[in-house]
Amino acid sequence: MSACQDGDPRVERIASAIRVVPDFPKPGILFQDITTLLLDPKAFQDSIDILVERFKDKSITVVAGIEARGFIFGPPIALAIGAKFVPLRKPKKLPGEVIFEEYVLEYGTDCLEMHVGAVEPGDRALVVDDLIATGGTLCAAIRLIERAGAEIVECACIIEIPELKGRERLGDKPLYILVETKSPFTEDESSWQKSWL
Amino acid sequence: MSACKDGDPRVQRIAEAVRVIPDFPKPGILFQDITTLLLDPKAFQDSIDIFVERFKDKKITVVAGIEARGFIFGPSIALALGAKFVPLRKPKKLPGEVIFEEYVLEYGTDRLEMHVGAVQEGDRALVVDDLIATGGTLCAAIKLLERAGAEVVECACIIEIPELKGRERLGGKPLYILVETEK
Repeated sequence: MSACQDGDPRVERIASAIRVVPDFPKPGILFQDITTLLLDPKAFQDSIDILVERFKDKSITVVAGIEARGFIFGPPIALAIGAKFVPLRKPKKLPGEVIFEEYVLEYGTDCLEMHVGAVEPGDRALVVDDLIATGGTLCAAIRLIERAGAEIVECACIIEIPELKGRERLGDKPLYILVETKSPFTEDESSWQKSWL
Repeated sequence: MSACKDGDPRVQRIAEAVRVIPDFPKPGILFQDITTLLLDPKAFQDSIDIFVERFKDKKITVVAGIEARGFIFGPSIALALGAKFVPLRKPKKLPGEVIFEEYVLEYGTDRLEMHVGAVQEGDRALVVDDLIATGGTLCAAIKLLERAGAEVVECACIIEIPELKGRERLGGKPLYILVETEK
């Protein structure tokens, strides 16, 4: 599900506002930089409005945002729909008692944490991040929220990289995005990078 | 300058929603946890509204938020004011060309980065973070914005720890806060 497929006229400006930075964080990767979207108040507002319109009648009680760029988009959505905002953070940032979920990186693992008590059984949750790539982080977020007893209504991102098949890793959880992007790799890297997908 | 001194009735609910966690990140520290404020939609909305009311007629063109909790409050303020939002980040997070400013920690130094071109000559800036302690990070943020040619109109935080005298480190820039706390 995506706003670009729905033909929403606001999406073109949003997509054009995203800057692609080659060779970041390492050679061969094309990084999708949303900071330029944040410099265009109308496009930034539109991106929030599209998501709020989609979710305002779905009885969402909590919006969970993934550190750190999920903190930029999640709170305005939460405020507009009258939901709690819950930050999902890297290890050792949250000061209170936490539950955590490990997830796999290209090399090694990382961990996502959530405060105990932030999400309760019966909560209806939306998970927000700026981008879905392999889906590993979103997957960890989903598990955390479900362990706390809440129902995941949907995941929402500004950008999806379809080639990385993150959507499939979310299982039965729906994903709504605004902009799809083409290959995450520069042309030189494309063929050998695909071999490890 | 603070909303608690202005006698704003919304502030009490905001202050009560902040949770104090002892001995974090290390023994003897009382950590001011704003995540519980975010679980109270009315109090969270009120905190944004108070800032927006204060700044809406000050021709703010850019709101700079300090990673990571400044990202929670800054964007909503920026959107309400029709201003740009600029994230100020720890090293190596921003993908494009950056300028950076070092600042002193208790042990060692750290660095704050901002994208080149995000802020321009003539921009009128508001700097946002959840809390001001010693003021070191806010000070670095102010320097970055001024180096890019912006005028820093004010700094805004939810919480101030007056005992740590951060306010004095802001080089004369005004500071507006909602809640004062003891150490």
